[in-house]
Amino acid sequence: MNKILLVIQREYLTRIQKKSFWIASLLGPILITAIYAVPIWLATQDKEVKRIEILDESGLFQMSDLVDKEVEFKLVNKPVSDLKGSFSKEGYTALVHLPKDLLTHSEDIKIYSEKNLSLPLKSSIERVIEKKVRAILMKDAGIASEVYEKTQIVVGSETITVSEKGDETSSSSGGAMILAGVMGMLLYLTLLLYGSQVMNGVIEEKSSRIIEVIISSIKPYQLMLGKILGVGMVGLTQFLLWIVLTIGLSQAASTFYAASPVKQKVEQIKKVDPEVAKKMDDASPMAEVTKVIESTNIPLVVGGFLFYFLFGYLLYSSLFAAIGSAVESTAEAQQFTFIVMLPIILAFIMAQFTMQDPDSTMAFWASMIPFTSPINMMVRLPYGVPMWELATSMTLLVVGFLGCSWISARIYRVGILMYGKKITVKEMAKWLFYKG
Amino acid sequence: MILSIQNVVKRYADHTALAGVSLEIPKGQIFGLLGPNGAGKTSLIRIINQITAPDEGQVLFDGELLQPKHVEQIGYLPEERGLYKKMKVGDQLMYLAQLKGLTKVEALTRLKDWFIRLDIKDWWNKPVDDLSKGMQQKTQFIATVVHEPKLLILDEPFSGFDPINANMLKDEILGLKERGTTILFSTHRMESVEELCDSIALINHSQVVLTGEKDEVRNRFKKHAYEVRYSGDLGESKAYEIISKAPENNSAIIKLAQPDQTNQAIASLIKQVDLFEFKEVIPSFNDIFIQVVGETK
Repeated sequence: MNKILLVIQREYLTRIQKKSFWIASLLGPILITAIYAVPIWLATQDKEVKRIEILDESGLFQMSDLVDKEVEFKLVNKPVSDLKGSFSKEGYTALVHLPKDLLTHSEDIKIYSEKNLSLPLKSSIERVIEKKVRAILMKDAGIASEVYEKTQIVVGSETITVSEKGDETSSSSGGAMILAGVMGMLLYLTLLLYGSQVMNGVIEEKSSRIIEVIISSIKPYQLMLGKILGVGMVGLTQFLLWIVLTIGLSQAASTFYAASPVKQKVEQIKKVDPEVAKKMDDASPMAEVTKVIESTNIPLVVGGFLFYFLFGYLLYSSLFAAIGSAVESTAEAQQFTFIVMLPIILAFIMAQFTMQDPDSTMAFWASMIPFTSPINMMVRLPYGVPMWELATSMTLLVVGFLGCSWISARIYRVGILMYGKKITVKEMAKWLFYKG
Repeated sequence: MILSIQNVVKRYADHTALAGVSLEIPKGQIFGLLGPNGAGKTSLIRIINQITAPDEGQVLFDGELLQPKHVEQIGYLPEERGLYKKMKVGDQLMYLAQLKGLTKVEALTRLKDWFIRLDIKDWWNKPVDDLSKGMQQKTQFIATVVHEPKLLILDEPFSGFDPINANMLKDEILGLKERGTTILFSTHRMESVEELCDSIALINHSQVVLTGEKDEVRNRFKKHAYEVRYSGDLGESKAYEIISKAPENNSAIIKLAQPDQTNQAIASLIKQVDLFEFKEVIPSFNDIFIQVVGETK
């Protein structure tokens, strides 16, 4: 037992001391934070107000109609040909030409600009014009503007899960799907990543010929187990670092956001109009995240994730170790790694369907069979899974792991001493029945 | 006896590596395990190291049935040997020493002693990759003996060593023997057998075909031949027969008609020639090896 600890310690420390481990540990959280921090940062940067000239030949617009928080308009009255040559020199981004018959030919508006106009700016301009034109048209049709305001409704639904006991929880279908997708992806990547790390570690020991010295001190299964557990702990450490660093970086990013002018402006708008404030809150990504957190059984999902990572990893890495033991180089290993990678890839593909319909028959079986259950059960878990299914799936996974590690240990102990021989799958199957 | 190997049989799928091997290895000796490639030496060594288990028979270590705890009293330097390339020399030796049951403190103290003795203090923090082959061999040797094993198993220890390192290794082996370590020494190189071994066993075709103390084995293979140097004309005699003659150095090899009747032969010789030298031809282990392996084909 003591000696397994020594092996674990060596495997763990040599990997933790590598630069690549720390690069991956830092890069992950930075990328995750950047995905939502960069757009916010960009929003805080782009607060320069654009100036637009409007040549209104229809005569419908007054300065009071032309209000927008990002654009400053100026009504001008000069021939188009003159304005076209002068607007950019005078510091205007664009010139908008409204035709005389704007009410009947609203699609004849022309916007001149020196550079290509950004899409948001174009829609800001169009929004302002549209609002005025619509108001005039409605007035002409005899519809009071209050009636119009009332018809501007937003349909929103709240999804609620009802448990057998009748407890109601506000749920989030979108959120559950995102959570399921993220966890399925994470499991898929880590099973492949750490599984192949175990395999390369075994190949390294075999090809550098240190293996014979080691197994004259400890039993092959102790070495295999120590290696698998050591690398697994590296994986858990990496998860932990990712979680801590992502939370830390997000905190820093949101502090920065809170202090930014965008946030202050948003708060101002919210104060003025509570109706708008509610809509904004409901639509913001933070609200969605909060909703997911409220509606998911976090300890169950986190516990489930750790369980399925651990046993999924143990199952697959023992198979990877067996392959590593049978070959002498990474290149030679490729033909066999496919056999082990196939079920992982298959599980990942099945997970796409499981995500669409977590209660289908396929999803059920995919989350029961030990080879596909880690990824598929994790995808189902955020949607809610009956306890007996979860318990059966977990039990089957543990049984599957024990079976695979028994097979792997038997291949491993023969394989690590086998040199200069082309190994086939049939040959490996024979090793299962070798004595001592 | 430090090791008592009794009727050990080891079969693989397509061949029998050991077919009922029995050997007694006395304490404190340097014991040579000889044999051509594929004879079963490595299979036997792996069984002693408990890397594999015998199909039949048993091995006693110091009178006890071989058990996992015994690995801590055995040091093994395999023929194909290596180290973790990226690991630092010091870390690596600490790891290997602790795997052999030393505590961290014991391992550190002993390794420091070794590093001072071999004058390699500045290697401690170097990755193995940066070491020359000779330096790696020294490192491997330290790893093999740091836990002060009762039994040291060296499989072709001199292969790849330059003469200076080979000499150092020889001195270390002799030093360990003086301190009571038994050394099981597997090799092809007969000159090191002559030089170092006290006893030998020759394995061929999965069986022990010859075993015994070095001098006793040599005596067994004596052909009662003598080398003579002389001047004059050497002719036939009833007392001996001439096996070969080298007139250019005035020497010849003769075989006595009656074993041990040296006086008769000498009497016959001095009648014919002026005798300068009369010396028994002792068979070399090289000759014995070739003869025995040839006979047991």
